[in-house]
Amino acid sequence: MDESVIRVEGLCRRFGKQNALEQVNIDVRPGIVFGLVGENGAGKTTLIKHLLGQLEAQQGSVQVLGYDPVQNPVEVLENIGYLSEERDLPDRMTIGQLMRYQQAFFPNWDETYAHQLCETFQLDVTQRIQRLSRGQRVRTGLLAALAHRPQLLILDEPSSGLDPAVRHDILGAIIRTVAEEGRNVMFSSHLLDEVQRVADEVAIMHRGQIVMCDPLDQILGSHHRLTIRFDEPQTVAPDLPGGGHWNGERHEWTTVCNGDLDQLKKAVAAAGAQIVEQAQPSLEDVFIESVSRES
Amino acid sequence: MQIRISSDDGSPIYLQIVNQIKYLVAAGRYGAGDRLPPVRKLAEQLLVNPNTVARAYRELESAGLITTRQGSGTTIADHGSPLANSEKVRILTERIDMLLAESSQLEVPLETLLKLIRQRQQTLQQATKKRSISKRKG
Repeated sequence: MDESVIRVEGLCRRFGKQNALEQVNIDVRPGIVFGLVGENGAGKTTLIKHLLGQLEAQQGSVQVLGYDPVQNPVEVLENIGYLSEERDLPDRMTIGQLMRYQQAFFPNWDETYAHQLCETFQLDVTQRIQRLSRGQRVRTGLLAALAHRPQLLILDEPSSGLDPAVRHDILGAIIRTVAEEGRNVMFSSHLLDEVQRVADEVAIMHRGQIVMCDPLDQILGSHHRLTIRFDEPQTVAPDLPGGGHWNGERHEWTTVCNGDLDQLKKAVAAAGAQIVEQAQPSLEDVFIESVSRES
Repeated sequence: MQIRISSDDGSPIYLQIVNQIKYLVAAGRYGAGDRLPPVRKLAEQLLVNPNTVARAYRELESAGLITTRQGSGTTIADHGSPLANSEKVRILTERIDMLLAESSQLEVPLETLLKLIRQRQQTLQQATKKRSISKRKG
């Protein structure tokens, strides 16, 4: 039996002359939070649209919860909760009307849970969606995505442009979803601090390609942030094997090591410099390093 | 439970949790038999992946600092850490090296550092004592 929650193989997509997705492969196993990161225009939303069956694969294949989302939209969409960056909600409805509307679509809609979420998010069911603040609008979108207890929650840039209180609610929802057995989350974000907190696995996208896709522990554990110090001030960045792009000035320079740490350490010593700090990089450090390497 | 997580700390999140719980115990703010929050609850509080909290608890359990029993949840263990001596030495050596590196960079002489260690030890011991007295009374 195929255990993957999401399996994308060799997916390619062109818009006109532009390659939006190029040979994308991902395999999401059950019970995890999968983080999709990349700059704007990297292809995250295009990939997510394929998972929802809003775009058909031009090349390659897409399987979500064991089905092709274009061939079997009902089986797939019934079991997905989705919140988009645009958060397109029917403006003229009240929150209560939206809840009834969602209930008609989702056989698993849990009315008790929906009201519980309303309370947690401090939403008033009689309020018209049009009149909601930005934060309340997102919370309403989140309620609509969660109350049928979907097997897979997909959030596309849920936190962009929001205040910390709403982001807190979104992260809380992700954590609760994955804490319940067998449920899964995929979310895209360019807030790498959030991804580092909640993701089990991370894919880094750049210009339509996946440049890295591994468990987060492995990504962070296999990279090292190194600061070195020269006796004499340097006018140009050092160029040492095993090191990435160097930041700094004069005596001290920092890099994220993406290669062989021993090799880099030897090169540092040979260049007459000393390692003054070595630490685990943040996901942001690794992201910037891997994207600048690709460019 | 007062724990703070930073993505830019330079050490993995699970390890930040492990170290801060060890600190809370050493500082007498948590004592034998005290209950730790369930994994899911702490994950929601810290806004981190539940698997990360679970990993931190596993780590603390294998270090003998906490025990997990069906029904009563996760509590701080009664006796000190049952680690092998060699393992204790290994862990402490790592920390001491870091401390020595830091103090040499700050140009703090070894004597001052040792004095400071003794002072801190007394402060922490007093806190633990106070705590066990108030617990006996309670």
